[in-house]
Amino acid sequence: MNKAKTLELVKKYTMIIVLILVTSFFAWRSDGAILLPMNVSSLISQNAYVFILATGMLLCILTGGNIDLSVGSVVCFVGAVGAILMQTFHVNVFVTILAMFVVGALIGAWQGFWIAFVRIPPFIVTLAGMLIFRGLSNAVLDGKTINIKSQETFVKLFGGGANCYIPDFFHGNGFNITCMVAGVVAVVIYVLLQVKNYISRKKKGYETGNLAGIIAKTVAICAVILVFCYKLALHKGIPSVLVWVLVVVLVYGFITSNTTVGRHFYAVGGNEKATKLSGINTNRVYFLAYMNMGFLSALAGMVTIARMTASQPTLGTNYEMDAIASCFIGGASAYGGIGTVPGVIIGAFLMGVINLGMFLMGANADLQKIVKGLVLLAAVIFDVVSKRGGKFIAKN
Amino acid sequence: MAKILLEMRNITKTFPGVKALDQVNLQVEEGEIHALVGENGAGKSTLMNVLSGIYPYGSYEGDIVYDGEICEFHQIKDSEHKGIVIIHQELALIPYMSIGENMFLGNEQGKSYKINWNETYAKAAKYLKTVGLKESPEVLIKDIGVGKQQLVEIAKALAKNAKLLILDEPTASLNEEDSKALLDLLLQFKKDGMTSIIISHKLNEISYVADKITVIRDGTTIETLDKATDDVSEQRIIKGMVGREINDRFPKRDKQIVTDESERVMMEVKNWNVDHPIYAERKVVNDVSLHVCKGEVVGIYGLMGAGRTELAMSLFGKSYGSNIKGQLWINGKQVHLNTVQEAIKHKLAYVTEDRKGNGLILSNPIRVNTTLANLGAISKHMVIDRDMEYHAAETYREKLKTKCPTVEQNVGNLSGGNQQKVLLAKWMFADPDILILDEPTRGIDVGAKYEIYCIINQLVAEGKSVIMISSELPEIIGMCDRIYIMNEGKIVGEVNGEDASQESIMSHIVSNTREKGEQK
Repeated sequence: MNKAKTLELVKKYTMIIVLILVTSFFAWRSDGAILLPMNVSSLISQNAYVFILATGMLLCILTGGNIDLSVGSVVCFVGAVGAILMQTFHVNVFVTILAMFVVGALIGAWQGFWIAFVRIPPFIVTLAGMLIFRGLSNAVLDGKTINIKSQETFVKLFGGGANCYIPDFFHGNGFNITCMVAGVVAVVIYVLLQVKNYISRKKKGYETGNLAGIIAKTVAICAVILVFCYKLALHKGIPSVLVWVLVVVLVYGFITSNTTVGRHFYAVGGNEKATKLSGINTNRVYFLAYMNMGFLSALAGMVTIARMTASQPTLGTNYEMDAIASCFIGGASAYGGIGTVPGVIIGAFLMGVINLGMFLMGANADLQKIVKGLVLLAAVIFDVVSKRGGKFIAKN
Repeated sequence: MAKILLEMRNITKTFPGVKALDQVNLQVEEGEIHALVGENGAGKSTLMNVLSGIYPYGSYEGDIVYDGEICEFHQIKDSEHKGIVIIHQELALIPYMSIGENMFLGNEQGKSYKINWNETYAKAAKYLKTVGLKESPEVLIKDIGVGKQQLVEIAKALAKNAKLLILDEPTASLNEEDSKALLDLLLQFKKDGMTSIIISHKLNEISYVADKITVIRDGTTIETLDKATDDVSEQRIIKGMVGREINDRFPKRDKQIVTDESERVMMEVKNWNVDHPIYAERKVVNDVSLHVCKGEVVGIYGLMGAGRTELAMSLFGKSYGSNIKGQLWINGKQVHLNTVQEAIKHKLAYVTEDRKGNGLILSNPIRVNTTLANLGAISKHMVIDRDMEYHAAETYREKLKTKCPTVEQNVGNLSGGNQQKVLLAKWMFADPDILILDEPTRGIDVGAKYEIYCIINQLVAEGKSVIMISSELPEIIGMCDRIYIMNEGKIVGEVNGEDASQESIMSHIVSNTREKGEQK
């Protein structure tokens, strides 16, 4: 019984355990370099687009293992449109941001329409989108790179580069007090929410779960938040892009776990026929998944051009693959219906740590790709085999 | 006496919680046509799956003696190797492959590295001729009719050097003419020395072709009738099929039907017609009219393929079929339910017969499944109140006595009976006035059945109406106030629950099928 419980626990937190092991490995091999404040900060800034896109991709994958291949091209196209508007047409920054979101959502709606209502396979529609929007980006940019270094507001707002941090209101000396305060506030809010939840459940007589377990989990999460903020505080503070990532993660985490719409995504992926017969509009669910993907691609586009301080026709290449890989590594099922936003974020972190760690170790790009590929394969093998009750070879 | 080709001795096959076959015996002589009859779920198909190796040796008890030796089939290939070929009710042909390709699928002609297409098509042509098909073997399957497809299946079986042909409901999807042709073909094969086992619900066909008839009921062999010596009339076969006593398998219920004439009828269907969604020329539901009163349990009885599920689903927000015509009245008002959402809004619920395929999300917990059809009741501004949801699931778990550790248990891990309860809970939570229960007790054990019946009684006691679709006669008779009998898309009879007997209901169907045959 106890052994089974331990196994269950290991299974539930596999990816977190793997993440810790991988991080420790790189910390050892890089003489702790990966834990330096600067590197922790750049881990966030470099992978911001992955967090955002993977969250959107999760919704698509939830509907039944469907993926969106057009993401990289859409990121590039929206970025190109934004850069042109600001730089060539001198449109106001905030109007540009709005326009970029609208363009992204429209692209998503276009693809969603074919997928949801005409029922063209998502693979085909988004493959077409991948070609179309890559071509359009090229056309819009006329094959050239557009520099947006002069758009300071935009870059500061979305960037993760040189000076794009939330300013320190307390003027700490080499230590960003704002960042640390934000961390402490977050921890307090988190603990209060947990306590409130526990009390309300207890009051209504519902099952509360194991108190020791809840406390352990809360302490662990708080510790992670504090250590993270401490590291960031030592290096210029909160990258502005982290705010966007947090907003996306919190909002979508809430939607997927606590709203009826979120429930619909899981239901469609779990059993579409049953969902339809439960009076849920499954076409709308597909449409929302892909329209939302376009919307989040727009945000990823802003983040990307802000970090690069430029828009160019090859931007966003293979971004879709990073997003898809993060989802599957993070425990999303390749058949749909299973997967969580926190899981996907862990998956994205794992990929980021592998990238950064191997970079710090001086491994070349080829090896990085090989390792990432193997990790992805291993994660999905684990998912499929464990779902088959541990039988490694499928029954013929 | 002719040689015994196949003998199945004391076959017992158990599924978790259910004994599907219990000491079944079957003897088939060489060169005869042997019919296997019984109600749905009696165990015919299970028996044939044991024989063909789909349920491998070791997963059942008893012996299969074929051609004088005890056989141990581990997979279908093993039995096919011996010449035992089964043709399933669902055609297993691939539409976008040619007849020839289909016939030799998995049995490809030529070298291991290269298929010899000339040989394939030459052989295919030969076997097509044997079954009387004039089509070229290069024609695609999708371009020929269902009747011809069935013949291709038989040709495919012959190509495997079949000595014992097993046909599971071969005429279920065929019209009279094609059925007749197929049966005559079987008689022709018999002359050439082929042995066949035929499973069918159509008793007139059985009387026509079979030399011997084995009746299976509740997973046991009841009797084997020999055409030469016994009475094999349809009445006699029916008696064998249904002749069990009914004791207290059904909970008692006082009449709950509202007597006040003005608000008596809860739902009325007038002249309902539904076409097949793909084959538009096929009418699946033909001019059906029926009504349900408040507090009444109405049964719809019919054999598989009679159009019961199709009728129910087409009523439930047009979730099946095309070209749906007819009137639907609920509570004295005519309604047009074009989507499932509208149907639910008008307090109609359809509890599917296929709980795994169409009813439940197996990978999700009981809690999620319970609330899926009525998420609005546990959410505010689209935000789900988890505590409220948990509470709702818990309430129904207690009410229906679902056996599970917690409502966080995944539905896929539950037994059939408990899954059925979760499915019922889901639709009860949607708070309907009319529940259409499609085969609510399929594949669950006797104890769970009794509990489901109790729930049905509880529902009508609350003033709800229940339409119960079932192909189990005792259940229909034991539970329903009134019974409609459906056959080939039509209502062919209506009897009162008190006056109903198994023979009277079956004979409605048999006489209707026969009339149709004679008209042709």
